[in-house]
Amino acid sequence: MKLHRVLALIARHLYLYRRSLPRIMEIFYWPFLDLVIWGFITTYLTRFQGQMPGFVTFFLGALILWDMLFRSQQGITISFLEELWARNLMNLFASPLKPSEFLAATMVMSIFKVATVGIVLTLCALLFYSYNVFMIGLWLIPFILNLVLTGWVIGVFTTSLIMRFGQEAEVLAWSMVFLFQPISCVFYPMEILPNWLKLVAWINPAAHIFEGMRAVLGAEGAPSASLAWAVGLNGLFLVIAVWWFYRTFAYCKDQGLLVRIGE
Amino acid sequence: MFSPVLDVTDLSKRFGDFPAVDGISFSIKPGEILGLLGPNGAGKTTTIQMLLGLVTPTAGSIRMFGMDLATHRETILQQVNFSSTYISMPQSLTVEENLWVIARLYGLLDIPRRVDEIVKKLEMEEFRTRVTRKLSSGQMTRVTLAKAFLTEPKILFLDEPTASLDPDIAGKIRALLKEERRASGLSILYTSHNMREMEEMSDRIIFLQCGKIVAEGTAQEIVTRFGQADLEEVFLKLARESQR
Repeated sequence: MKLHRVLALIARHLYLYRRSLPRIMEIFYWPFLDLVIWGFITTYLTRFQGQMPGFVTFFLGALILWDMLFRSQQGITISFLEELWARNLMNLFASPLKPSEFLAATMVMSIFKVATVGIVLTLCALLFYSYNVFMIGLWLIPFILNLVLTGWVIGVFTTSLIMRFGQEAEVLAWSMVFLFQPISCVFYPMEILPNWLKLVAWINPAAHIFEGMRAVLGAEGAPSASLAWAVGLNGLFLVIAVWWFYRTFAYCKDQGLLVRIGE
Repeated sequence: MFSPVLDVTDLSKRFGDFPAVDGISFSIKPGEILGLLGPNGAGKTTTIQMLLGLVTPTAGSIRMFGMDLATHRETILQQVNFSSTYISMPQSLTVEENLWVIARLYGLLDIPRRVDEIVKKLEMEEFRTRVTRKLSSGQMTRVTLAKAFLTEPKILFLDEPTASLDPDIAGKIRALLKEERRASGLSILYTSHNMREMEEMSDRIIFLQCGKIVAEGTAQEIVTRFGQADLEEVFLKLARESQR
């Protein structure tokens, strides 16, 4: 892997954000809107604190963490879509650029988006709702890192589908992650799911992170087991997703789809 | 005797039952300009896409600089570039930003100097800081050519490079290609539907029809072989045959 090629792609995307208001809005607008809506819901639910002790504090934390997962996935998929929209894939893959370097650059862009959204949401939550996400403590760091990994898994998988099926599959860039939301148990514990769905949720690394977050906020002790499951599952799925990406890339080259995508 | 910079042997590409390219073999010597002619659907673009590693061949081998493209992709593509009327560059970036990204991608040294040189060479000073979206199609073609020249390739694949240029700029581009070939021994694979341009530019011409090479030689040799008045007549004869 050559660093200069990864940096070239990162520069290409940063140039894009430098003068594109809609793209900057895309990073800030939706997360902020989500925060405002859930912030008001949380404020309203706080009135029933007696009946639901502690639960309301989960919502904003869960929302912020979920948005980080979402932005992590978007960082990968939207970066690919930008190349597709610009009909630039041919320029890139006829150069010495390797698929691994392409993925590395999209992953860096994903970290950039997660960091930006994370800072904005944390500050807004503190400012508007006096909610301090750092009450999760140091666990916040491995939680976020794992959510970034889960976002990469979904992002790489979605990118492979778009590469294979072309612009018709573009909508997956925004919708795929929401397929995982019900089984990520973002706003409710895993135990409320029907038994068969619990099994599905169990193999979703994000569900373990949100379980862990609730354990920390509910003072139920260190969520080491949840974190270990999340790390293990993320590692496994990331290997599978990258393998799938390479396989799809080879298939698209064989079928001539790489040069026709975006036409 | 120079060894070829590009050596293609029995190259084929099938999409399902359709043979897009059917067992073609050819080579390019250092400093040679090879014209690739043929009607639409003859297999020219698929051939170039295979040479760029964008499409995997069904059979055959592609060797450049003595190395197999399948196993030395990165080293080979570092020394190759292409331009086509049918490609684009990121529209939201300025011309200069696009060139910088390409220069970084190929790991060029002294990027400012190289970008300045290429901007001057292709007379792009006037629009170097303009967003690519706002360029005319002729200016856009010059940018994609600049992208191709920027990395100082040893082989250049040009797919109808002057198709959307006015005669003045097209003439300058042809002169530039000849000068680059003379100065640096650049080898070029060239496709065009402008027969006069093909005759002017190409040392040799390969004629493709239905994925196969049906004629090979200098423009004059091909014209004589098919008993036609000029290259355009040969083209029309073969194109009409392939439509039957």
